[in-house]
Amino acid sequence: MCLAIPGKIVEMDPQNTHLAVVDVVGVRRKVDLGLLQDDPPVAGDWVLIHVGFAMSKISEAEAVDQMQTLTMLGEAESAMQEVRGYGLENDGPAESAQRWKQ
Amino acid sequence: MKFVDEFRAPELITKASEEIRRLADPNKHFRIMEVCGGHTHAIYRFGLKDLLPSNVELIHGPGCPVCVLPMGRIDDGLSLAAQSDFIFAAFGDMMRVPGTHGSPLEYKARGMDVRIVYSPADALKLARGNPEKHVMFFAIGFETTAPSTALTLMRAKAEGLRNLSVFCNHVTIIPAIRAILDSPDMRLDGFVGPGHVSTVIGCRPYDWIAKDEGKPVVVSGFEPLDILQSIVMLLRQLRKGEAKVENQYKRVVPWEGNRAALRAMAEVFELRPYFEWRGLGFISQSALKIRASYAEWDSEQRFSVPGVRVTDPKAAQCGEVLKGVLKPAQCKLFGRECTPEQPVGALMVSTEGSCAAYYNYEHRKTVTIANAASI
Repeated sequence: MCLAIPGKIVEMDPQNTHLAVVDVVGVRRKVDLGLLQDDPPVAGDWVLIHVGFAMSKISEAEAVDQMQTLTMLGEAESAMQEVRGYGLENDGPAESAQRWKQ
Repeated sequence: MKFVDEFRAPELITKASEEIRRLADPNKHFRIMEVCGGHTHAIYRFGLKDLLPSNVELIHGPGCPVCVLPMGRIDDGLSLAAQSDFIFAAFGDMMRVPGTHGSPLEYKARGMDVRIVYSPADALKLARGNPEKHVMFFAIGFETTAPSTALTLMRAKAEGLRNLSVFCNHVTIIPAIRAILDSPDMRLDGFVGPGHVSTVIGCRPYDWIAKDEGKPVVVSGFEPLDILQSIVMLLRQLRKGEAKVENQYKRVVPWEGNRAALRAMAEVFELRPYFEWRGLGFISQSALKIRASYAEWDSEQRFSVPGVRVTDPKAAQCGEVLKGVLKPAQCKLFGRECTPEQPVGALMVSTEGSCAAYYNYEHRKTVTIANAASI
């Protein structure tokens, strides 16, 4: 639970301004941006996600490092399970074919 | 252990490890506490102990929210949710944590409507989708997760959603560190500060540890190199006789923290006068409760809670392990009555708990080697 999941903001939700679709190694889900309202991210920005909420903006290099750390910790699969689990409603497109460069 | 060359930047790992050996005066013994359960997991997983000299000892701190939750709170939450029109929603980490009469998963097997959610926002969606039911979100976590719960309740209030409440077990890290420092059987030289908690609270709340207690604190990232670098930074301070707060994880942690997250917490929560921590006992002002202005969304204000107090099984020494007085394997139940498959104490349930981490990465290895030797 201490470990955050990195993702890239793909698009903002036109209906709910506090929501955005993020891409986490090819899996796309909606997350809440409300905790970044002082410095709101835009599409293309990278964020660290905790329990469905973006908590901090990070660089792309940091995002790749963080994913690698999760993989090394053996937590990547449960992180992806968490991301897939976000949103009980069918939010956004499912898996995208695009994967991150590791 | 993992081979050093499996890590990113192996040459830097080797360098950091050598620097630690150089800095750690062989005539002294250094006891450094990593506060965060994520760090504990990383330290075992990466076998970082093997990269440290024997006089640099890592003590595992109380920063695993599942582990410090007293059993009575689980019993209270489950007994509330036993009403037929309730849905008990919690993070996956909670599902196997034993209460007196079983874990949430066992309650589910007996017919309770128990759901795993990955975000408090999903508990809110559950409530929207099940207007005839009451969704109780069993909230746990330090300052990393508390702002998300707060914002979820702000959204629920704004939309007037009334069939959602939070059974709040959010705790705050600073009073726990204070309790550990006040504990007479504890001697520590410095702290590896939590990474993601600090993205929210920033680095200032640790100032008193340096100024009043004279112990250095280095807020650290989670990669092997981050943790080793943080130990280097701590040892450098100790060598110079300094005590200050440093931020090794600058690429993620802003010194001032996340003000929007702190505002959300302040809007919804206030400090409880005291809260019980497993192993540490009652600690004053160490947990969050929901403000009266959000009483409708507070399971404890809205419904009557039994207020169960359960003492841990006598033979289990979770408290001593939590405080770092005992190593996991020194507990009488470790690896026998208490295993990750059949946990007695919460430290064995969560991957961030020091017993589970020790069991998975140290104990299994030792057993495998012992078995191989006996063949």
